[in-house]
Amino acid sequence: MRGAWGHGLRTVGDTTLSIVGRIGAVVLFLGQILRHSGTSFRRFGLVIREVYFAGVQSLIIILVSGLFVGMVLGLQGFETLQSYGSSESVGVLVALSLMRELGPVVSALLFASRAGSAITAEIGLMKATEQLSAMEMMAVNPLARVVAPRFWGGVISLPLLAVLFAAMGILGGFLVTVVMLGVDSGAFWSQMQAAVDFHHDILNGVIKSLVFGVAVSAIATFEGYEAPPTAEGVSGATTRTVVSSSLAILALDLLLTAFMMKGWN
Amino acid sequence: MIHQVEIRDLNFGYGEQLVLKGINLTVPKGSLVAIMGLSGCGKTTLLRLMGGQLLARQGSVRVAGQELNHMNEAQLYAMRRQVGVLFQFGALFTDLSVFDNVAFQMREHTRLPESMIRDLTLMKLNAVGLRGVQSLMPAELSGGMARRVAMARATALDPALILYDEPFTGLDPISLGAIGRLIRQLNDALGATSVLVTHDVQESMKIVDYIYFVSDGVIVAQGTPEEIHASALPFVHQFVWGEADGPLPFHYPGPTLKMDFGDERGQA
Repeated sequence: MRGAWGHGLRTVGDTTLSIVGRIGAVVLFLGQILRHSGTSFRRFGLVIREVYFAGVQSLIIILVSGLFVGMVLGLQGFETLQSYGSSESVGVLVALSLMRELGPVVSALLFASRAGSAITAEIGLMKATEQLSAMEMMAVNPLARVVAPRFWGGVISLPLLAVLFAAMGILGGFLVTVVMLGVDSGAFWSQMQAAVDFHHDILNGVIKSLVFGVAVSAIATFEGYEAPPTAEGVSGATTRTVVSSSLAILALDLLLTAFMMKGWN
Repeated sequence: MIHQVEIRDLNFGYGEQLVLKGINLTVPKGSLVAIMGLSGCGKTTLLRLMGGQLLARQGSVRVAGQELNHMNEAQLYAMRRQVGVLFQFGALFTDLSVFDNVAFQMREHTRLPESMIRDLTLMKLNAVGLRGVQSLMPAELSGGMARRVAMARATALDPALILYDEPFTGLDPISLGAIGRLIRQLNDALGATSVLVTHDVQESMKIVDYIYFVSDGVIVAQGTPEEIHASALPFVHQFVWGEADGPLPFHYPGPTLKMDFGDERGQA
């Protein structure tokens, strides 16, 4: 019995140490990216190209998801608020939910699945096919030429995608509640305008998505760069990117929300 | 004689296991030298040590008179501008066209106008006979063509030292002969020094000036192609003539045949 407890405890300890070690490695890698980011800013075209691949090519999934999430929020909100006789406030509920939480969090989760995994697979395959080694031997640092532009491309893209997600969500909420369920259009917009605060709601949402962008991009580039140079290694790295990024987004969301709420009081 | 590469008493290993033991090797300027040996004998590791991708555990690796072990990152990158490397499978950048692959180093390391980069790139592609594929992507090339594009890229900045890692692997006989001749021609035309890691004896004997044989991390024989051809050393004889029996075992060490088959068959 004691042996089983000991083994269990050892497993928990090993796993904890491994997770902490991995977080430390990502943070050190982030430091290296920042150190080698000069090229990305001197040749901003490299970053713009990555904004296109990570951001523009994620637009469809972000916009469609935003529309559906907004529609569901509108439906659920209308149903609940109607029983309290305040269905006109559904616009406030949709807007605040999207700007404070769902916009940054859901768009970051979608971004990690679509763009994050693609970044990991691309860098991992470049490593497996010796393209990164070839670059090193050409006296070009892959951290500066390959990793940093992809990192900054992700950091710039995610806040923009989150804003678009929230905008589409509000449109979806409007379509369901105003067009389909007959909520007064004036009440929908005016209550939303009165309740939404630029600093507390919009800016804080953008700050959240910026932090998520840093986390997802750092994890995605790290996993690709450190992936074992085999088919199995690259596939494992893409899976780790999605899992680690999703957990990081949810954990960071809790922390950021707690800090931001403290600021409101 | 001036040496482009000079390796003295080199030891290198991964963890506890020594891969290269007491290697002494020189590559005179302007020559084409082959390093041969069986797969896994440490040839590519030796090439990576010359390019500064790995650092010696003991001993010295000097390229153009500079000790690689004492270089910082900036010095290493400055040295690599004088080195061209052909990787085993080309390692072309898959997101760039053939033209952009060859122009890559010129754009990264020079301030040449785009019109001049275009002319130089087309000249390099012409030298390997592939000016006509400049707009294709690497995925659209055959293995031999990809290797030739990689050669054009490796020589883009007219390097003083060119390292070839298994340039003949997986090529048809025509491409194999063409690549061999190109290696020799590029070396002589550029006034460069080349090191060729290969286990293709017949093809490399036609083009190289000197050969080192590596086995189990040690240089076991060396000489000019004529000397190697005439060598009576059992190792060299077995390798050059491709014989199954000799000092180089075909089978990886393991249990005896009797242990794996005999007893069980007997019991059955």
